[in-house]
Amino acid sequence: MRTIPERRPSSSEEPEMKQTSETNAGQGLTVVSKSRASARESVFADSAFRSVVVLCGVAVLAIVALIVFELVTQSRLSMSKFGFKFLVKQVWDPVNEDFGALPFIFGTVVSSLIALIIAVPLSVGTALFLTELCPRQIRGILSLLVELLAAIPSVIYGLWGIFVLAPFLRAYVQPFLAKYFGWTGLFGGPKYGYGMLAAGVILAIMILPIIASITREVVTAVPRVQREAALALGATKWEMLRIAVLRNARPGIMGAVILGLGRALGETMAVYMLIGNRAQIVRSLFAPANTLASVIAAEFTEAVGSIYLSSLIEMALVLFVLTLVVNALAGLLVWSITRGMPARALA
Amino acid sequence: MLNSSQNIALHRRLTNGLALGLITMAMLIVTVPLFLILGTVISRGVSGLNWAFFTQIPKPIGEVGGGMVNAIAGSVMLLAVASLIGVPLGVGAGVYLAEYGRNKWGNIVRFTADVLNGVPSIVIGLTAYALVVVVQKHFSLLAGSVALGIMMIPTICRTTEEVLLLVPQSIREAALGLGIPKWRTILSVVVRTASSGIVTSIMLAFARIAGETAPLMFTALGNQYWSKSLNQPTAALPLQIFAYAVMPYDEAHRQAWTGALVLIGLIMLTVIVFRFISSRGAIKGAS
Repeated sequence: MRTIPERRPSSSEEPEMKQTSETNAGQGLTVVSKSRASARESVFADSAFRSVVVLCGVAVLAIVALIVFELVTQSRLSMSKFGFKFLVKQVWDPVNEDFGALPFIFGTVVSSLIALIIAVPLSVGTALFLTELCPRQIRGILSLLVELLAAIPSVIYGLWGIFVLAPFLRAYVQPFLAKYFGWTGLFGGPKYGYGMLAAGVILAIMILPIIASITREVVTAVPRVQREAALALGATKWEMLRIAVLRNARPGIMGAVILGLGRALGETMAVYMLIGNRAQIVRSLFAPANTLASVIAAEFTEAVGSIYLSSLIEMALVLFVLTLVVNALAGLLVWSITRGMPARALA
Repeated sequence: MLNSSQNIALHRRLTNGLALGLITMAMLIVTVPLFLILGTVISRGVSGLNWAFFTQIPKPIGEVGGGMVNAIAGSVMLLAVASLIGVPLGVGAGVYLAEYGRNKWGNIVRFTADVLNGVPSIVIGLTAYALVVVVQKHFSLLAGSVALGIMMIPTICRTTEEVLLLVPQSIREAALGLGIPKWRTILSVVVRTASSGIVTSIMLAFARIAGETAPLMFTALGNQYWSKSLNQPTAALPLQIFAYAVMPYDEAHRQAWTGALVLIGLIMLTVIVFRFISSRGAIKGAS
C-alpha cells in the first residue's frame, strides 16, 4: 500500500550518498547541509518502512482478534439460550433446536487420545533412530520420507482411509481385537470399519511426522558431552539414551506430544470421512462417533435456523479454546528445552 | 561372584539389543503408511490420467469421462490470490519480528502468530465465512483465498524471522557503517542474504495450504463448472476429490484417485523443489 511513495527517496538517495562521501574527502560546509538533507530523507524513509512492517505485525494481532470476535459474537445466541449446559448436554436435535456439545467433545478427545497412544512410541522411536542410530548415508532419505508424510493432504488421508484402511480394519484388525480384547468392552458391537478406531488410526499417521520432527529437534539439543559422559561410565547405548538423552529431553518430548495432540484435535477432513458421524457416547471404539471439527464441516452449510448455526459456531469456539490451551502448553515445554533453560527445572 | 556379574552384563546387553531393535522397528513401521498411501494413489490414479482429465470439466453424475480442469484452474487461482494476501503480510511480519521486534511488543506478535498457527483450519474457514461470505452474501473464490491466505501467514512469518536472525549481525553493521539507511540495509542486504530461506518458508506455507479442504467448504464451496470471477464460487482440487470420494459411484471414485494423484504430485514437487533451493542457498532454511 505504502511501498511506492516510500521507495521514491531511494533512487535519489544513492547518488547523493556517493556525493557526500566524495566531497567529504575534499571540502566542508556544503557537505554538512547535504548530508543533513539526506539524513532527513532517510529518517523519513526509515520510519515509513518501520511503520509498514509494524502494520504487518499488527495485522497478525488483528486477524486473531477478528477470529475471536467473530466466534464470540456469532455464538452469543446459543450461549444465551443454553448457557454452560451446552458443554455437558448429550442431545443433538436440529429438529427441536436443542443442542449440546458433549458427544462431540468426547469424540474429539477420545479420537485424539487413540492417535497419541499409537503415534507417540512410534514417533519417539523414529526420532531416536534418526538422531542416534541411523547411518549417515540414509539419514537424509529417511527424514525426507517422514517429512513427506506430513505433506500429504488431509483429504487424501480420508480417501485412503475410506477405501483402504476401513476395509482393512474391518477384515483383519477388528475381528482380532474383538476376539482377544473383547472383554474390555472397548471392542464390541458391529464391525463397520468406520468409527472411532479408524479415525484414531488415521490421526495417528497424520501426527507422526510432527511429533517425530520436534522430538528430533529436542533430542539434538541435548549436549553431546552428556552422551559421552554416560558412555564413558560404561553405559550401553540404550542406557546412554535413557539416562543422558531421554531424561534431559523429557519436557521437550512432552511438548512435542502435546503439539501433536493440538493438531489432532483440530483435524477435520480425514476424521469427517472416517468417523461415521453419529453424535453418541458409547464405550466401544468400533462404534461411529463425531468430533467438533467434523460436525462443523458436515452440517454448517446445511444448517437452517440461527440457533443451529450459532450452536455450530460455539462448537468452533470450544475447539479454538481447546487447541489454544493445548498449544500454549506445548510451546512452553518445547521452548524450555530448545532455548537453553535448564531441563531439570521443569522435569 | 564372577557368575552374577556376567549375568548382569548379559541382562544389560539383552535390554540394549531389545531397545535398539524396537527403535529400528518404529522407524520401519513409520515408513509403511507413506508407501501404502503413495502406492494406492499411484496405482488407482494412473488409470484415469488422460488428456480429458486436464482439459474437460466434470461430466454429470453417472456419465463416464470428463475431467477436473476447472478444479485445477480453481486451485491455482485460489493459491495465487491466497499468496497475494499471505506472502506480503507474512514476510512483513517476519521482518518486523527479526529487525524491530526484540521487545515486549515483538513477543506479543510472536505469541499471536504461534496461536494463529495452531488454530484449526476449519475455524479459520468459519471466520472467512463470517468476514467475506456473510458480507458479500454469496460464496466466492475471494472468501476461499482469504481463508488460505490467513493460514499462510504464521508459517511464513516465523520461518522468515528465523532465517533473518541467522544473518550475521556484522553484515548489518557493515551496511549501516557505510551510511546506508536502516530500511535499505534490511531490504537489500539482510533480506537478500536470507532470500533462499524466505523462499523456503513460502514453499512450506504453500505446501501446507495446497491440500486444505476444510476451510474451503463454506467459502469457495465448489463448482461443477468454470468460475468466471473472483466473486463466484469456484471448484478446487481438494473439494472435488472430497465430493467424488463420498459418492457411491465407481467412476467418481476413479476420478477422485486421479485427482489425488495430481494434487499429491503438485505438493511433492513443491516440497522437493524447496528442499533443493534451501540446500543450495547461502543461508539454509530454518527447520
